[in-house]
Amino acid sequence: MLILTCPYCGVAADETELACGGEAHLTRHGPGSSDDAFHGYLFSRKNPRGLHVERWRHVQGCGKWFHAARDTVTLQVFGTYPAQSHEPPEDIVRAIRRRHPEWTWKGAA
Amino acid sequence: MSKRLSTGGRLIDRSRRIGFSFNGKPLAGHPGDTLASALLANDQMMVGRSFKYHRPRGIVASGVEEPNALVNMGEGKRFEPNQRATTTELFDGLTARSQNHWPSLDFDIGGINKHLSRLLPAGFYYKMFMYPRAFWKSVYEPFIRQSAGLGQAPTERDADSYEHFYAFADVLVIGGGVAGLLAARHAADTGARVLVLEQTAHWGGRSPVDGGTVDGSPVAQFIDETVSALEQMPNVTLRRRCMGAGVYDHGYVLGYERLTDHLPYAQGPRHRLWRIRAKQIVTATGAIERPLSFAGNDIPGVMLASAMRDYAVDYAVSPGERVVVATNNDDGYRTAICLRNAGVNVLRVLDARSAGGGALMDDARALGIRVDPGRGIAKVGGGKRVQSVQICAQDGVGGALEALKCDAVAMSGGWSPVVHLWSHCGGKLLWDEAQAHFRPDPEHPPLGADGNGFVRAAGASNGALALCDTLADATEAGKAAAKAAGFRRRNTRAPVGEAVSERPLEAVWLMPQQADVGLRSKSWLDFQNDVKVSDVQLAAREGFESVEHTKRYTTLGMATDQGKLSNINGLAVLSDALGQPIPATGTTTFRPPYTPISMGAIAGEARDEVFQPIRRTPIHDWHDAHGADWEPVGQWRRPYAFRRGSESAHDAVIREVRNTREAVGLLDASTLGKLIVKGPDAGRFLDMLYTNMMSTLKPGRCRYGLMCNENGFLMDDGVVARIDEDTFLCHTTTGGAEHIHAHMEEWLQTEWWDWQVYVANVTEQHAQIGVVGPMARKLLDKIGGMDLSAEALPFMAWADGRIGGFDARVYRISFSGELSYEIAVPASQGLAFWKLLISAGAEFGIMPYGTEALHVMRAEKGFIMIGDETDGTVIPQDLGLDWAISGKKEDYIGKRAQARSHMADPDRWKLVGLETTDGSVLPDGAYAVGEGVNANGQKVTQGRVTSTYYSPTLDRGIAMGLVLHGPDRMGEEITFPCTDGKTYSARIVDPVFYDKDGEKQNV
Repeated sequence: MLILTCPYCGVAADETELACGGEAHLTRHGPGSSDDAFHGYLFSRKNPRGLHVERWRHVQGCGKWFHAARDTVTLQVFGTYPAQSHEPPEDIVRAIRRRHPEWTWKGAA
Repeated sequence: MSKRLSTGGRLIDRSRRIGFSFNGKPLAGHPGDTLASALLANDQMMVGRSFKYHRPRGIVASGVEEPNALVNMGEGKRFEPNQRATTTELFDGLTARSQNHWPSLDFDIGGINKHLSRLLPAGFYYKMFMYPRAFWKSVYEPFIRQSAGLGQAPTERDADSYEHFYAFADVLVIGGGVAGLLAARHAADTGARVLVLEQTAHWGGRSPVDGGTVDGSPVAQFIDETVSALEQMPNVTLRRRCMGAGVYDHGYVLGYERLTDHLPYAQGPRHRLWRIRAKQIVTATGAIERPLSFAGNDIPGVMLASAMRDYAVDYAVSPGERVVVATNNDDGYRTAICLRNAGVNVLRVLDARSAGGGALMDDARALGIRVDPGRGIAKVGGGKRVQSVQICAQDGVGGALEALKCDAVAMSGGWSPVVHLWSHCGGKLLWDEAQAHFRPDPEHPPLGADGNGFVRAAGASNGALALCDTLADATEAGKAAAKAAGFRRRNTRAPVGEAVSERPLEAVWLMPQQADVGLRSKSWLDFQNDVKVSDVQLAAREGFESVEHTKRYTTLGMATDQGKLSNINGLAVLSDALGQPIPATGTTTFRPPYTPISMGAIAGEARDEVFQPIRRTPIHDWHDAHGADWEPVGQWRRPYAFRRGSESAHDAVIREVRNTREAVGLLDASTLGKLIVKGPDAGRFLDMLYTNMMSTLKPGRCRYGLMCNENGFLMDDGVVARIDEDTFLCHTTTGGAEHIHAHMEEWLQTEWWDWQVYVANVTEQHAQIGVVGPMARKLLDKIGGMDLSAEALPFMAWADGRIGGFDARVYRISFSGELSYEIAVPASQGLAFWKLLISAGAEFGIMPYGTEALHVMRAEKGFIMIGDETDGTVIPQDLGLDWAISGKKEDYIGKRAQARSHMADPDRWKLVGLETTDGSVLPDGAYAVGEGVNANGQKVTQGRVTSTYYSPTLDRGIAMGLVLHGPDRMGEEITFPCTDGKTYSARIVDPVFYDKDGEKQNV
């Protein structure tokens, strides 16, 4: 039973108030995309053992979608931020790298 | 025999006697007894039969770890199986029955299994019942069902009530023994909000029995003083009879409080489930003594040494008259001394250590108790009760040196910390070689959201077994927990206990050490599931090297006690058989709850009406008063049909359909989802959500739309009305309003967040009433107020106005094929408007109709229904709905998926109408078969029925279905062999059975 803080309403919400939406920062592939790209978008979701950036919705609260960076093994939470973003904000990246120094966003150098 | 001693009994009230019954026999005990102590006081040592071999079994333990003394408790509505006698507080009128025997506890047919035990080895069920396959149903399963199972299932509804309770704590202390109380005291002194849970009815844990001093005073006095001090502190909550059941992510803990189990006539909930959020947790859960593995260690009269001590001190019960103690550590001497002081004849202490024990051994000898070092038990003699022991050298194969007549055996194999709650959420363990047990690894606690540990173990559960060590350990744990919870550390002092000089334990995993197979196959590890040393060794020989696999193969530790006594001994035996150290074998996973908790507590208040609230339309009560047969649709209740007099539901549906087709019917459509989509980008947004083009819809007009998910599958449908340039009202299916709203929000928030669109779910703001049938316009004209002529309000248009004095929005849409108006009025006026229509419509023959008539009429028209024609794998193209898919749009949700090869496959089953050749009604869901068989030897299928009804309009069965190449096979007959034994033949036809040109709805 995780607790995540909704970045919109500021509530430290119990997991029963939230719904998980799987991997965050997907790129939508529509008409014209290749079969491989579309297949990857639709079905190939990351579910790592360790650091994960996930979509969550504060479904029993303010109703907003947000993103959470957390470790799926230790359950440490590195931060939450609005879903209207294309990558994790810098302060969360710094928090992640304090625990996982080798980690980079999408494997960037 | 076991009996009540003439004096003593710390927890019982000797001045009062209370009655109870066991297997129908009336017995007496004292207030303060447990059921187990009262049974022992009545010489009822044997309390059940074992699970597999039906061997006689007696009480082994005094607490939650008890594997044998499980009883069926209570009667009727308060019957409950598998209740542990050792944790059941005795009350007047208690009734209990033993389990696992037939016909009686004393004479049991299944006991023959014990003579077959060589034929029932580990994995017996897997090996034996495989072949021949036909034997399973007629021979094996009835045999297993007769002989297996713990207790009986209740047959009546539970008469008790239960509740959930939410609590928050800075420091949660689980366990109210010396360690827990002390940790709580030091944590509370910092000002932290502290909650203490103790599973039993008493504070202090084992210490009052085991003795010792704290700061020079008896430990019992220290406990009383500490409890009194804690009770005075406003920041401390103390709860007895409340077990910490499980520790979960981020400091979530379940507590299980038994409120009235001991007060059966009290009012109020029976159990309470505490749902706790704690910043920091201290587990002070104590330790459990391990049995020793020797032949016959399961015979009634063999008990844990600590349990014998508990019964003697707490309840003044002696488990026997002539007792032998077997031990591998100094603690066993405490039992010998305690029993001797209570006047029991302690014949011998067999100390497996060749050098014997420390100071306690000397104390025992000074009391005249004979101590034999380097000795063990080769075998216990007896059937339903211990009669003798054969003594042997521990370092040997079991050759008997001497036989002793006795009636009870105390065994002490050392202590294992209760690490369950530490482990539930990922706390790691380390192996303590000196004490031969696993204890919490302080370097690897369960981690909280901040990445720091949130659980600390204290006292015996942390491996600090001696009282003096516990005092220091628990003081530090309490202080550290409060500090981690954000409170300033106070400079408080740990109390000091006297140190007792003990000689270290020597691990004994088998007694004697080289016991032969005959002895090993009578040496029990798991009493409740009947697993012996020889079973684990066999599993190892057969290649089960992982402890998790061995557990499942042998069922070691899988019973209701979850191996509290057996796990460490079992994995030590496994490690030995595999020739590896114990830490290399590891433990099985500890999972909550710590002991079984009632299903009632888990459900809490969520039963009956509270389980799932029912949604009611504004007209619900009228329906109820007018013969509605209710049908659940999502959380709503909708009338299936309105029965008149003695009419059947089927007849009512026929009448409602005919009346609507011939005169006028009234439908409560309030449950339909209504979503307002508003904003400059609303049209663009709906173009992405629906397969059709919505942005071109003119204000004042309606359009039927299909909605797919990104997989391309049809998920919802409904009529969209454009209210103004920026505003659309989207109707969804009754069950779809909430999830379609969520679907829209998801896309708006996570993909097109820069689009200016707002969505509101206004489903419950309006009552919506369908006025349907050839007389509909006449009726509405009579009520008056709006021009609803074909010219003023053509098909698929809508208009706002006032009808009969009501503010109304009228949609000219039809799901029945008739002239039809759907009229929305404010929800608060829905009932009044409905009543007006009913009274004004009398002269036109108005009747309300329900969902089944709605279904029949839509099927006659070939309209699809989400959930009937669709099942999450159907795309619009399968249903011949290509006309509702815009070819002009570059994109909509699902478009790319519908271009995938499988979606474009011409062999996808397609929607057609089905007309039985004899007019009968096809069974719902029936499959049509083709020629030949598939790879599994099953008949090839070529289609299935999605909707099927008796059509009153056509007076015959009609159906829709998905059929291979269906639209190309019009007129062809296909067959449906059905589960009712009949084979139906049906002709493939157009799915529109009635008024193909739509003349009736467009008048």
